[in-house]
Order: sequence, then structure tokens, then C-alpha cells
Amino acid sequence: MNLYSISIRSYGPHAILIEWPNRVEEAILENILHFTNYLKEVKLKEDNWEMVPAYNSVTLIYRDAPIDFKKFKAMLIEWYADVWEVQPQQRIVWKLPVCYHREFGIDLDLVSEKLNLTPKEIIQQHTSQNYTLYGIGFLPGFMYLGGLPTQLEIPRRSQPRAKVEKGSVGLAGKQTGIYPQLSPGGWNIIGNCPINMFNVKKEEPCFIKVGDKVQFYEIEKAEHDLYKIEEEVGIYKLEKEVWHA
Amino acid sequence: MLKVLKAGLFTTVQDKGRYGYLNKGVPVAGYMDQFSAVKVNNLLGNPKNAAVIEITMTGPKLKFEAPTYICLGGAEISAKLNEQPIVNYTLVKVAKGDILTYGKLQNGFRAYLAVRNGFETPVVLGSRSYFKGITKKNHVSDGDIIPYSEDTGFQPKIMEMKVNSTFDQTQLGVTPGPEYEMLSDKQLEYLFAKGFTISNENNRMAYQLEEMIPGHEISMLTSATLPGTVQFTPAGKLIVLMKDGQTTGGYPRILQLSDDAINIITQKKFGDKVKFKLLR
Repeated sequence: MNLYSISIRSYGPHAILIEWPNRVEEAILENILHFTNYLKEVKLKEDNWEMVPAYNSVTLIYRDAPIDFKKFKAMLIEWYADVWEVQPQQRIVWKLPVCYHREFGIDLDLVSEKLNLTPKEIIQQHTSQNYTLYGIGFLPGFMYLGGLPTQLEIPRRSQPRAKVEKGSVGLAGKQTGIYPQLSPGGWNIIGNCPINMFNVKKEEPCFIKVGDKVQFYEIEKAEHDLYKIEEEVGIYKLEKEVWHA
Repeated sequence: MLKVLKAGLFTTVQDKGRYGYLNKGVPVAGYMDQFSAVKVNNLLGNPKNAAVIEITMTGPKLKFEAPTYICLGGAEISAKLNEQPIVNYTLVKVAKGDILTYGKLQNGFRAYLAVRNGFETPVVLGSRSYFKGITKKNHVSDGDIIPYSEDTGFQPKIMEMKVNSTFDQTQLGVTPGPEYEMLSDKQLEYLFAKGFTISNENNRMAYQLEEMIPGHEISMLTSATLPGTVQFTPAGKLIVLMKDGQTTGGYPRILQLSDDAINIITQKKFGDKVKFKLLR
């Protein structure tokens, strides 16, 4: 399974960074997730480690005491060469509803003009993909999704907005994603997703994990309003299925 | 409970921090100056994770609605209980109706107020530390009620503690960050030969440094960041991430502050000087 060479870097007294080749690639991500699962489920099961995967790396964090880098690096190298007797993380495809109505998609016309695509074509393109979740950061539950069709690549807004509504679905560069809470932001907003990407009231506040897939589908405004209410009272049921590579 | 008559500049409730959600994008939060916060909790014989109030530069005006013991630490902001000056790292018995006020900032930047057994704001995802989008409040406002339990039976073992403050220290011990090796000799020289000034862009998320160093064109994929990470922007700006800092970033992570250095910098304010020292 360990197809790629890794480099292990010291990252202060409480963290260690494992890096894979510097590319955004599905197979690299699989390799990272499988190794991380091996560490989590087998080798570092007992201790209080936090593991943060993102694109081509995973950072292991241990706050309770300083890490002995040399010793730990040697162990990691050994473990990486092991046969990882653990199932790879099960990957889920989440189907997320998006309303592209102008009330939410406040930049849709501007994006349409700049990309020389009709709003309908933008929506069609945006909902045509299975996006891969390569990382979560910036805000609690904020997704770094890969796999945006090249036709939808558009620079950030030159003037970021002081307030972007919660649930706003945006485009920026090679990325698309959802603002999980009201926040400042510079992405071009094309719609809104009524689903909470981060909900502190739930035992698992963020249902999605790095390695999962996201598929957007278009909904009408009336459906958006309904789903939002259903989500607020906790009865909305997300559609999902297991991903098979 | 504690009644907030005036909130002060930026007052929050903080404990050790929120563990276990970094992979969901939730920063650790928690008290900025762990050194001072742990000391005040220790003097009160509090549990390790007891929540304290963190006060930034300008203190609040607070009314105690139940008897307890308190202890102040960190920055000295001319605190008075019922108009009588009280000093840091000394146990003070408070009665119902007592009023705590703050005055002029003497030294440091962040002060701590602890009560016996800690403040009892709601625990969200394992921590009471205020954080936007996680806890209902992200800072204390006028009129807030902050719960704590009455305690009259406490028998302190020690009444005061001598604490050598870190306020005069300007040297920040650092180890190389993951992208340290990408730095040129010239950039390294700027980094260690010269000191830096804390810019007015400083808060619980990050401290930006005023002076720039020669920039770069390094492009890297977004990866995890930590409190104490020194990020290096292409233009040459240095950003020291703090406890509320985002959990991932795309700028090279050139240095990592030691735990002591984090405690030192969190007591610095706009215009203060710091200097990096490589620890080996």
C-alpha cells in the first residue's frame, strides 16, 4: 500500500509532519488516509493524538508532553513499511442540496458574465462533479474541495465582503465550498446550502471527514426553505452513499 | 455568579482549550498565557481545567453575587476590590456585592481572574473556552452573567506566590518550522539578526509583526498550522499564529515558538519588541 515515499519533519515540541509528494492526487490522499487510520486504530490507539490530514500531508499533534522527534521519526518510518492491517477509512459521498436562486447566488450573474457561461450552464457544471474533500480548515467545518471543472475557475473577488451568509456556496480559483458560518470572505457566491456543515449541538458536530466526497444538486427556493426548517429541528435526512474508488 | 457591569476591551472565558476537533477546523482556543493562568488556578487549588477570565489591556467592572475566593495574575491592570488595591498571585476572599475594577495597565497585556473551582459557563465540545461559532458568546459583554459556585469553606494552603513575570523578556525561543529549509541565507539573516515590532494587528488569532523580510515565491499546499507557528507571506510579512488561529494554512511555516515563547508574546502589545532565538 505504501506506494509513495514520505518525508517526516519536526514541527515544534508538540507536532510532527508527514508529507507525501507535493501534488493534489486522489491516490496520494488514499495513501495518507490509510496510513493515518493505521496510526489511529493500531499504533497510536492509546494516546491522545490529534491527526490533521490536508492535501499531501498529515500532522500529528500531541499536547500532553514534548515529542522526542528522532525516536518518533524512526518509529513512523518503521510503521510506514509495515503491512497496514487495518481497513482504509470508509469514504462517503454526501449529496448536498444547493439553491442557486438569485436571492442567494448574488454573484451568479457576474460569474456568468466573466466565465462566458449562462447561469444554467454554471449550475449544470457545478452539479456535475463528485468533489473530493482534501482538508477542513479556515473555519470550523470549512471544506477544501478538489475537482472543480476548469470552466468554473474564477479569481476571488477583488474586494472581499465583510459578511458572507452562512451556507453560501462559492467559487474561487480551483476551489468551491460552503461558508459554514457568517464570516468575511472573498469567494464568488453562486448559491446557498441549507445544511449545517458544523453543528455544535450534535455529538459529531461535523458529519464530513477528509477523504469523503461531495455532490451538489440543485433545489428550488421553496425546497431550500423547507430543508432549512427541517435541519433546524433536526429531522432533515442527508442523502449519502459509500464511495467505491 | 459574576455580574459584568462593564466588559472591558476584550474579555473572554478560557480554560485549557478545546482538544480533538482540529481535523474539523476548530482551533484549540484556551488561555493565551498558559503560564499565568495555570498559576492562578493552582493557588486556588482548582481542577486543572478550571475556566478563568482573560482580560485584554482594559479591564472590566465586575460584581460578585456570591462569596468565594479569587486570584489575579498575568498583566497588572491596577485592580481594586471595593476601591482597595489588590495584587497578583494573592488569594483574596470576596463577599456578595463586592466590586472588582481595573485601572491603568502597568505591565503585560493579558490579565487573568480566577475564582475558586472556576467559572461555569457551558461546556461546548469539551471546553468552556469562548470561540466564535462554537460557544454562544465570543467575548464578554456589558450585563453578562458568568456563573460560578459559592465557596466559603475553602482552606487555602498558601495565600500568595512569588511569580517571576515574563514581561521584560523579549527573546522568543523558536525551533525550525516545516518550511524552514526553504529560507535563503539573506532571509535567515533578517530573521535572526534583527528584532521585530508587534504590529497593531494582534489578537487571539494571530500577532502580525511590523518589519518585513525579503519575500518569496514558494507555493505549497494547504497544511496544518498550530498556535506558535510563524507564517511567512510571499510579500515578506511574518504572522505568528495564536490560540484562536485557523487550523490550516497555505503560507510557509518557517518557525515554531516554544511553549515559553508563546507565553511571552501573548503578554506583548502594539509597539513592543521581540527577537527570535533559535533553540538547538
